[in-house]
Amino acid sequence: MADNGCKKSNGSWWARFRALPNDSPAKTVAITLAVALAGSALVAGSTVLLRPLQQANKEAERPAHIAEILRQLPEAAEIQLEARVVDLETGAYVPSMDPDQYDQRLAAKDPDRSVEIPEDQDIAGLGRRARFATIFLAQQAGETHLVILPVHGRGFSSTLYGYLGLSGNLDTVAGLTFYEHSETPGLGGLIDAPDWKSQWRGKKIWDGSVLMLGVGTGRMEPGMPEAKYQVDGLTGATWTGQGVTNLLHYWLGDHGYGPYLEKLKRRGG
Amino acid sequence: MDNGMTKALVTPLVGNNPITLQVLGICSALAVTKTLATALVMSAAVIAVLTLANASISLIRNHMPRNVRLIIQITIISSLVIVVDQVLKAYAYGISKQLSVFVGLIVTNCIILGRAESFAMKNGVGLSIMDGIGNGLGYSWILITVGIIRELLGTGKVLGEVVLPTAAEGGWFEPLGLMLLPPSAFFIIGLLIWVIRTWRPAQAEAAEFRARPVERAGAE
Repeated sequence: MADNGCKKSNGSWWARFRALPNDSPAKTVAITLAVALAGSALVAGSTVLLRPLQQANKEAERPAHIAEILRQLPEAAEIQLEARVVDLETGAYVPSMDPDQYDQRLAAKDPDRSVEIPEDQDIAGLGRRARFATIFLAQQAGETHLVILPVHGRGFSSTLYGYLGLSGNLDTVAGLTFYEHSETPGLGGLIDAPDWKSQWRGKKIWDGSVLMLGVGTGRMEPGMPEAKYQVDGLTGATWTGQGVTNLLHYWLGDHGYGPYLEKLKRRGG
Repeated sequence: MDNGMTKALVTPLVGNNPITLQVLGICSALAVTKTLATALVMSAAVIAVLTLANASISLIRNHMPRNVRLIIQITIISSLVIVVDQVLKAYAYGISKQLSVFVGLIVTNCIILGRAESFAMKNGVGLSIMDGIGNGLGYSWILITVGIIRELLGTGKVLGEVVLPTAAEGGWFEPLGLMLLPPSAFFIIGLLIWVIRTWRPAQAEAAEFRARPVERAGAE
């Protein structure tokens, strides 16, 4: 489009361009290009301008999801929620880091503050994970009742971000809830359905040393051996269900919160 | 406002309503009318996209290459839909989560491409804007009516405020579970079409086919 630059400076070029038949190749390409550029500028502009607001909206959802896991605690005593930063490799707390200032998702993208997950262990499809994680301890009358761990992993069409609550003895799930994903509504999106989410409560994690927790196949009937560890499969959302199982296995495994949970168990027991 | 403008604005409300006469945009009308709030936000989104799409397509209609005009129209429409979706995610996050994919699916709403192709390509910018607002309102009032009926009969509430106290909460009203399922919107829209066509018989379509009375099989 050599004539494009001259459009405005030279009236005759502009007039000649306008006079071209609409179906001429030059005009077809020029108009299509102009519409495409205007469209992309509009889309890119609005996305960039509105992203901070959207991010703030998503952030505002997170306390509600933590509260949802906390709701099963007896209401009698006051619940104290304490945030701590954990070094995932050693499983030790990092008192020098302020949990309010630490952004785990940002850190996961920073090569200095994250580690590459070995391919054979990367079942959740993450590639990298942050070296530190912000976990929450729910205490009542000085005793820790729940540990809430942030988890994430690949689902079908998005990365699922959520919280996994473990009850005090760390072998039972207190709740699992996802605050951010874009799975197909009505299929994978059913991971938000209250009656599916409520099934996680009370599921056992380990059978001896085998990690059994996950999304099952089909409906879990009370008599089935898996029903102790697994929730109903989601019809039409096998990938999402598999993604949930994978991220649980990754984060509860040795490369995830394994060392931390081990340490916590020894301290508690 | 001259006569043509008023006509472009008012005709789509009942006379040429996109839902009840042209029977377009039914898919989203079923999906987003479970509560009045989602119906209202969806209506606003469709009015915005329809008006802006009509305006911008009308603006370049005289230079539109005929062979790729549908591609250009869809490019404009989908850019506008993405912008509207982003705005909703920023300013009405809760509702936009309930509307999920249906805002994005405005791109495929036949009403919008239909108005672009049949009206905005042939008329001036002002007239096209009026036509966009008019069709948007025509779509909206159906959605809002269906939304009110479904939310009221399905939950006893309107916009989350209790109108009919339900039996479960100590009142007398037994909610109709069917109203919370998409087929109920189908029934309500069907009844609306019936009412409108009884009021304006000119809208009723001539029968294309008359069923023959069943002939009994002979003695066999």
